[in-house]
Amino acid sequence: MKKPRKLLILGSGALKIGEAGEFDYSGSQAIKALKEEGCEVVLINPNIATIQTSEGMADRVYFLPVTPYFVEKIIAREKPQGVLLAFGGQTALNCGVALWKSGVLERAGLPVLGTPMEAVEKTEDRKLFNQALAAIGLKTPHGIAVRTVKAGLRAAEAVGYPVMARVAYALGGMGSGIAYTPRELRESLKKAFTAAPQVLVEEYLDGWKEIEYEVVRDRADNCITVCNMENFDPMGIHTGESIVIAPSQTLTNEEYHRLRAIAIKAIRHLGIVGECNIQYALNPRDGDYRIIEVNARLSRSSALASKATGYPLAFVAAKLALGHLLPDLPNSITKVTSACFEPALDYLVVKIPRWDLKKFGRVSKKIGSEMKSVGEVMAIGRSFEEAIQKAARMLQVGVYGLVANENYSFRNLEKELRQPTDERLFGIAEALKKGFTVDRIHELTRIDRWFLHKIKSVVDCEARLRGRRLGAVPQDLLLEAKRKGFSDKQIALLTGSSELRVRKRRKETGLVPAVKQIDTLAAEYPAQTNYLYVTYNGREDDVSFRNGKGKPGKVMVLGSGSYSIGSSVEFDWCCVNAALALKKLGYATIMVNYNPETVSTDYDICDRLYFDELSFERVLDIYEKERPLGVLLSMGGQIPNNIALRCHQAGVRVLGTPPASIDRAENRFKFSKLLDDLGVDQPAWRELRSVREAKAFARTIGYPVLIRPSYVLSGAAMSIVFNEDYLDRYLQKASRVSPEYPVVISKFIMNAKEIELDAVADRGEVVASAIVEHVENAGVHSGDATMVLPPQKLYIETIRRIREIGREIARALEITGPFNIQFIAKDNAIKVIECNLRASRSFPFVSKVARTNFVELAVAAIMGQPVRNRKSTLDLNYVGVKAPQFSFSRLKGADPVLGVEMASTGEVACLGEDVHEAYLKAILSTGFTLPKKNILLTIGGEESKHRFLGAAQTLAGLGYRIFATERTSAYFKENGVPNTRLFKVHERRGPNIRDYIAGRKIDLVISVPNPAKRVEFNSAYKLRRMAVDFSIPILTNLQAADLFVQALAAKKPADLKVKHWAEYE
Amino acid sequence: MEADLIRRAVLALADGTVLEGVGFGASAKIGGEVVFNTGIVGYPESITDPSYHGQILCQTYPLIGNYGVDPARFESERPQIAGYVVSELCGYPSHETSVKTLDDWLRENGVPGISGIDTRALTKKLRVHGVMPGLLAAADNPLNIARLRREARVAPDPNARDLVAEVTTPEIRITNPQARKTIVLIDCGVKQGIIRALVRRGVSVVRVPADTDAGHILAFAPRGVVISNGPGDPKRAVATIAAVRRLLREGVPLFGICLGNQLLALAAGGDTFKLKFGHRSQNQPCLEEGTKRCYITSQNHGFAVDTATLPRGWAPWFRNANDGTNEGIRHRRRPVFGVQFHPEACPGPTDTEFLFDTFLEAAG
Repeated sequence: MKKPRKLLILGSGALKIGEAGEFDYSGSQAIKALKEEGCEVVLINPNIATIQTSEGMADRVYFLPVTPYFVEKIIAREKPQGVLLAFGGQTALNCGVALWKSGVLERAGLPVLGTPMEAVEKTEDRKLFNQALAAIGLKTPHGIAVRTVKAGLRAAEAVGYPVMARVAYALGGMGSGIAYTPRELRESLKKAFTAAPQVLVEEYLDGWKEIEYEVVRDRADNCITVCNMENFDPMGIHTGESIVIAPSQTLTNEEYHRLRAIAIKAIRHLGIVGECNIQYALNPRDGDYRIIEVNARLSRSSALASKATGYPLAFVAAKLALGHLLPDLPNSITKVTSACFEPALDYLVVKIPRWDLKKFGRVSKKIGSEMKSVGEVMAIGRSFEEAIQKAARMLQVGVYGLVANENYSFRNLEKELRQPTDERLFGIAEALKKGFTVDRIHELTRIDRWFLHKIKSVVDCEARLRGRRLGAVPQDLLLEAKRKGFSDKQIALLTGSSELRVRKRRKETGLVPAVKQIDTLAAEYPAQTNYLYVTYNGREDDVSFRNGKGKPGKVMVLGSGSYSIGSSVEFDWCCVNAALALKKLGYATIMVNYNPETVSTDYDICDRLYFDELSFERVLDIYEKERPLGVLLSMGGQIPNNIALRCHQAGVRVLGTPPASIDRAENRFKFSKLLDDLGVDQPAWRELRSVREAKAFARTIGYPVLIRPSYVLSGAAMSIVFNEDYLDRYLQKASRVSPEYPVVISKFIMNAKEIELDAVADRGEVVASAIVEHVENAGVHSGDATMVLPPQKLYIETIRRIREIGREIARALEITGPFNIQFIAKDNAIKVIECNLRASRSFPFVSKVARTNFVELAVAAIMGQPVRNRKSTLDLNYVGVKAPQFSFSRLKGADPVLGVEMASTGEVACLGEDVHEAYLKAILSTGFTLPKKNILLTIGGEESKHRFLGAAQTLAGLGYRIFATERTSAYFKENGVPNTRLFKVHERRGPNIRDYIAGRKIDLVISVPNPAKRVEFNSAYKLRRMAVDFSIPILTNLQAADLFVQALAAKKPADLKVKHWAEYE
Repeated sequence: MEADLIRRAVLALADGTVLEGVGFGASAKIGGEVVFNTGIVGYPESITDPSYHGQILCQTYPLIGNYGVDPARFESERPQIAGYVVSELCGYPSHETSVKTLDDWLRENGVPGISGIDTRALTKKLRVHGVMPGLLAAADNPLNIARLRREARVAPDPNARDLVAEVTTPEIRITNPQARKTIVLIDCGVKQGIIRALVRRGVSVVRVPADTDAGHILAFAPRGVVISNGPGDPKRAVATIAAVRRLLREGVPLFGICLGNQLLALAAGGDTFKLKFGHRSQNQPCLEEGTKRCYITSQNHGFAVDTATLPRGWAPWFRNANDGTNEGIRHRRRPVFGVQFHPEACPGPTDTEFLFDTFLEAAG
């Protein structure tokens, strides 16, 4: 096989539910593997916050949509000699399949490296898949598609009861049902056929275990399974929504190796080259199995398996795609053994998905066959109890572990167990405490008793600790608790002590954790690995903590933890860049993080990786062992930032801005006082402790007001309130207000612009800054805002004032390192609304657009190095636009409107000669398609209608056919914009919105809610939701819609230039 | 309170190391060679593998006993290990096929165990200093640690014993006698998996004691002879080596497995040596010489064939991709070969089970 010189890799675009940061990890590893081979690498990925799109990675980066249209143009331009499709998730694979099917790849003479497209097709097409596996005698779930009740009953006889009647192509699993008898099935089918014409009658694998293997195969047919994993939650819950354990815990040797052998047989037959994942259902009663699916690409599971075993799956897969053979590749952990082996673990890992469903008021919290989680955590331990308690804490959802949690109550435990929500794990612990037996819980949940007994052992240990004074806890019990993963805080809560007192007692009695290596071979061979975790189930440290020779010292970097809404790959970018910058300055780096989807947790980023908790306790444990020069906690977002002050008080040297200053910026009262002292304006605010007080204050400052409760009952935490009526309802229903749970009310300024300052300071002096303009007016969370750099519509005076305020705050807080200030501006009146003394979400965006690495500058300042930066971020010959990526289609019921609570799961950013070009590219990168003909408008409120009139005229002028609902239609008709009125769904008249949307006759929906009329559930919501469910592009913000129309008028698709990053100068 | 119910146990090594933990299985004191195994699954198979006879087995995977004990998975009638060392013993196993807990099973069979040990630290010690003799004591009463430490220092090396004689079948046993073809199996401590693999392929298996002479073996008119796995130093199996040497001269098709591979090499005139810490795992990559094929194999051996000493007419067949040691030999012309790994798996991957087909085809 001749080695190709130039290769194309497709990325996965923005982070979204079901496709998250794991593809930054896999893409980055692939790029490194290819570059090691001397290949020139061209990457297409509009996700600007990724490591893979950073300098020093791919030779050329296109911040463009991963769609057949753009990829084809790039192929024509770059003329690569091979393309890799396995590293960019389903996005890249789908795009590749489309290019292959349309003949583009063949015409370009472009071979797909790795798994051949024919094999990919077999894994993607259900029918071909079943046929291929049946041909070699392997079992897949038995199912028959039917169109009548009679045929369904016949199918069930063939399949065997119980069966699941599953509606094909239904949204949200509507109309699915389980039937144990023909009578039940008849009922179920009748219901199902009202929802869809076709129903799949499938064997029901109730209570079967769900097992996965990660398989690697080379072109010479060497085939290994790198890792197997067992789902805690049995079949029925998407593996992305399941708690997953590696290696499997309840499989016998016979089961483990039978499934392994089947995996190898299947993968050889399908002809995969590289890496893939195979999922099984395994009947716990008789060992029978079904192959559920094969993913012929790197996946979420493979990222997890990589981190769980230390085996660099993506790196190896890339090498195999180039034609290397497994036995020729070295094990990159031991360096002395072969990559053709199967890791032996001497620990276990537990993955728990991270949900953020509280951010979406209308979304059901039930979990099932569809993915809703936005991230995941992985914990490593040498006992299950240790790993799962660590993992629970890592979620950062306000729990201290499985037990000893405050404010956790379940109204109906049985229901919680039977119909799982994101809180079931805690429900199980609670049920055990309430006296449910393991058998009873098993009946309700079908979770294997092995796991339930382990949880029970945590609950039992809690019971023995509870109520004793710390001094009366025997040493054996304390040791047992630590081995079962109890944190000092949990023990403190149970014994009425404090975290620091527990720590003191532990240390006095020599009860400290051990640091262990992940070496892929369970200590059988010596390994130089830097991949570490901390455990109490062991006595001896695997590594020494002496300083490296000739190094100026060690610096600890705290990572960002799990991805969640508001904390995403951008903080991983900051952490990785911080580690690289420290390395450049000669420091040894220690990374602490626990997110398996990240690059920061790759073995080659830092000198030492602690895959462990970012808690005060664990950070201190590591700090005390390693004795670094200090800790850098301003790069990983809010999680590390939150422990800054406590670390400082415990004697940890916090590098950069003094922790007291962090506290001054974080504490609302202190920060407000500081702004007053500096003469910087801020919206009026007050903390209030009763409904009466709240009403009085709101009346004083005038509606609308922004309200932030400290205790949320349901729905979003923050809200804009337009009148007293709503305030009343909000404080009674959605939240609580009392002396213990105060609310903060501040003045909300309508129609104001929002602007951010990202900056780096050195001992109080600003050394780099970038002013970023939001497209959407204030009121949209900055994480959901469309951002423009350099700003296009700001007054010089505004810019001047923002810089001045930035300088004053930096000086006053003695900032050394990164910071971000958010402003609102209206008619040149500028107010500060927030200040964070850490790297912000937009750091990678500004760094890459302005080609000034803000993190590198920040690290230099923090480490006391001279900081030089002469580049301006205002004076660029191009424009960068960052656009949010929403996952509303995955969140059934969520209203796709933007508000003060963040809802986006990711972001993209593109470059263009002007804002219009960059914006169109960006929005296309989020899965948007340009309208061909029909546009539906529904604009709430007179003012908004008026403001959108110009845009509507433009659309009409461009030849679009406009449809509108009642009042919007009338308004635009009066003002000379021809349009057709569509009736709302509930009006039950034609032409009706339902027919137009369900029939996909509409290409774009612009539905802007009336800000003053936020009702829980109305026809506009239903319209928006329908648009999302039928995959029709939708815009819900007036300013964004306006910009979109302008861009549409200014640019044709052909005007969107295909240029790579370095071409923008 | 709870502490009083916990049985104490001590593992003392010949180098003076003493590890304290919690006892399980039988209350007993035993000596043995301390070795480690890195397999994640398959503890019932390992515990009943006669190759572990005389050894104190340490599992590197920390959670052991998760799926209880199913006698259908035994590799011999009873536990063969001298003692068992784990990090955590599962008190509540969960599996449809489990009939008892690991704890109960070992207690009934007089095998002591110790849990709560930093098995990774122990493994690293054995890797660095080599496997060594040790003493394992579990008792309901307090243990005299100082005395155990003294005793461990002079603990005898079990490899000095004729371990094969202790585990081989006392009499000839025939499985599947009605089959047309007969294979003689020289039992040096055979795993049931080997017998099952042969029987599955429709042959009659005549299992003979390890010291059976060649004439006796030839009297069964076998199509071929399998030399089984087994414990200890191959050079101690003098009688078996002599028999194999004669079988070689007679031109009988031969297949050596593990110890059998070493005996084949010794009979042919080659040499074996003791590995520092052996291969005891389910993830050993073995390259087939002269090909690009690499197999993941299950292994359990402390000695290896020295390839350099192979006489003319013999060639290395497989090589360990990790440390380069020999993993199989074969005669250049005749259907005579051996592998150092376990094609019958149990525990471990089944990738090389086809070797039984290769052998039976060669045997005709």
